[in-house]
Amino acid sequence: MAKNVAEMKPGETAVIAHFDDEQIAVKLMEMGFLPGTAVRFNFSAPFGDPICVTVSDYDLSLRLDEAATISIIN
Amino acid sequence: MAKRIRIALVGKPNSGKSSLFNHLTGLNQKIGNFPGVTVDKRTGSCQLDDATQGEIIDLPGIYSLYPRTLDEKIVTEIFTHPQHNLYPDKVVLIADATNLKNCLLLLTQLIDLKIPTVLALNMMDLAAKSGLSMDVKKLSKELDMPVVMINARVGHGIADLKKAMLKELRPSSVSVFAIEESIQRVVKLTREHFQLTTDYEAYQYLQQPDNLVSLKAEDREWIKATAKEHQFFAHKFQGAETVTRYGFIQELLNKVVLRKSTREWKKVSYGIDKVLTHKVWGYAIFFVVLFLIFQAIFAWAQIPMDFIDTSFARLSNWLAKELPEGPLFELISQGIVPGIGGIVIFIPQIAILFAFIAILEETGYMARVVFMMDKVMRKFGLNGKSVVPLMSGWACAIPAIMATRTIDNWKDRLITIFVTPFMSCSARLPVFTILVALIIPDTKLLGFFNYQGLVLMGLYLLGFTAAILSAWAMKFIIKTTERSYLMMELPTYRMPKWSNVGYTIVEKTKAFVFEAGKVILAISVILWVLASYGPIDEMNAAKVVARQEGEKLGLTEEQIQDNIAAYKLEHSYAGKLGKTIEPVIEPLGYDWKIGIALVTSFAAREVFVGTIATIYSIGSAEDQPTIKQRLKKEVNPVTGGPRYTPAVGLSLLVFYTFAMQCASTLAIVKRETKGWKWPLIQLAYMTGLAYLSAFIIFQTMG
Repeated sequence: MAKNVAEMKPGETAVIAHFDDEQIAVKLMEMGFLPGTAVRFNFSAPFGDPICVTVSDYDLSLRLDEAATISIIN
Repeated sequence: MAKRIRIALVGKPNSGKSSLFNHLTGLNQKIGNFPGVTVDKRTGSCQLDDATQGEIIDLPGIYSLYPRTLDEKIVTEIFTHPQHNLYPDKVVLIADATNLKNCLLLLTQLIDLKIPTVLALNMMDLAAKSGLSMDVKKLSKELDMPVVMINARVGHGIADLKKAMLKELRPSSVSVFAIEESIQRVVKLTREHFQLTTDYEAYQYLQQPDNLVSLKAEDREWIKATAKEHQFFAHKFQGAETVTRYGFIQELLNKVVLRKSTREWKKVSYGIDKVLTHKVWGYAIFFVVLFLIFQAIFAWAQIPMDFIDTSFARLSNWLAKELPEGPLFELISQGIVPGIGGIVIFIPQIAILFAFIAILEETGYMARVVFMMDKVMRKFGLNGKSVVPLMSGWACAIPAIMATRTIDNWKDRLITIFVTPFMSCSARLPVFTILVALIIPDTKLLGFFNYQGLVLMGLYLLGFTAAILSAWAMKFIIKTTERSYLMMELPTYRMPKWSNVGYTIVEKTKAFVFEAGKVILAISVILWVLASYGPIDEMNAAKVVARQEGEKLGLTEEQIQDNIAAYKLEHSYAGKLGKTIEPVIEPLGYDWKIGIALVTSFAAREVFVGTIATIYSIGSAEDQPTIKQRLKKEVNPVTGGPRYTPAVGLSLLVFYTFAMQCASTLAIVKRETKGWKWPLIQLAYMTGLAYLSAFIIFQTMG
């Protein structure tokens, strides 16, 4: 079972494999989430959602349902 | 003759674009609207050399030509329409050097549109700190465009940038994104149809006809039909385009970056995040910040507000004495001057609130607030980004509603606009203060908490609760297929740049004065006419009766004048209106006198105090203790007891908390939602809720 970004733990780094949702994918790619790029899970908000990740040298917030559409390899 | 060139500033949010704009233009800034759309347009002029003046346009922050929010559409609009009247001669793209990859995405799109561009590399100091080093000369050569290093915070490199802007600039000869073969035909067709200069422009037309606002309806239809006929699938091609562009960028960076950055320099920022977004401390700190803001709005703003209040009252009195008699001069001294005073009085509170908001945004803390509040807010149909508008609502709903433009999802934005006026704005405070002082004893609970203060706080909470619950209800009523996102940069913490804070205060205050001000002024003049004129016979008779009565009772001339004013108001058109609505408001415990105050409150709520002062012949509205004494003495002829019982007072307080009594807010909601539908629903809903709640309170307590 392929993992996705929403399932990562704080401090974990992984490589983006592909996207499951075309509509969100175009937006994610514009922000620098590209297949083959490293993504790091930094921390989550107090109620577990949204989360903060680092991708191509900057920090971004993502909601869990957005993060869940990004499949990773690690 | 000085030459003028138009230069557009673009870049992603948090890249230092506002700082650069402020450095270039100083105080020569103008804020207007882009034609046809409600997006703030910031322009300014900048002397480039003795003979050339630059007209600088600060465009909304964007990541790419594919817009997410309303604001961003304007950028795509301008860049894909060379005939647009704001189409720039040159573009300066400001890039955050610590995050060059993302910043260059937009740059490659500008290159393909063949727009002459200068690349300004900002935050080189931070890039150096992060260990990054690159070959800027090579970058310039590879991109075939001038590259200037700047530090927008302190203003380094601005002179070099100006020089680069002055130089003859041709579009870069690089081509980044080649149109795929399968769609070359449809792109060519579109390009010919609209006589466009580049293929990429035609491609953009095909990609997002709905986002190009100035296209005619039939042109839009033509594009959609043509795209469909030639199997142009927007999403698929957009994804491929982004991958191609990032591929180009990665290759470029591999060539020019000599040493990569590390995460070390962000350690402090991450450390701060551990505390500020902590489960307990995060919220505790946020509430302390809110408390501080409240303290500032209530306590500190009071001093300048009192000063403005007395100054305008003096000016009005002085004018009344000095100007010759006559309706026109009365209009000036009693209609227009107090009307302007009623606008200026709110400036201190609005300026202080936006000073705080600007500082919170500048430091990067506001993004964390959005981050922390998003989940909670979503439960109620809102969005983390609704926090700023809701907070601004404590000062004034007008800039608050304008601040909702950053919310990309239409449903979330509409709900935020709809519920923001429930947040108790500064115009409600004078009304609250006088009524609370009237019905709540000035004693302390447990010797510590002042009862009056607690009730006041309760009213603010009541407004907030109404906002949240209404939002929650609307979540189920409004249907949308549009998805909501929260992909937002969490910028590294930094010290605020004070001049930027200053510019924000000026900008927001101006928005209030000119947007709200014109409506408040117009309505206060109308209301003044209604309150000063009535059927001539009745008005004259009222004057005579008041004088006779006063003389019989042996009152002083001043008291007689106050009584005449009250009699005149009673028999004016406004008085008649108050009496007409009396049967409607009677179940809430109000008489026609309060009715007049309700009617005049429609200019701005705080007019209530002035109207009450006039109708009870108090003469001056500044004198709060006197108003309080007089209201206490007012007798209800039906019961024989006091008119302002706790039941009536509470009923009024709740009415003012909920009711939509602000014509300027309605005007702004109409503009932002593009029609009368939402402001009218808002008016009916809020006033209905106010009526019902006041009714229940009065009937159960009274």
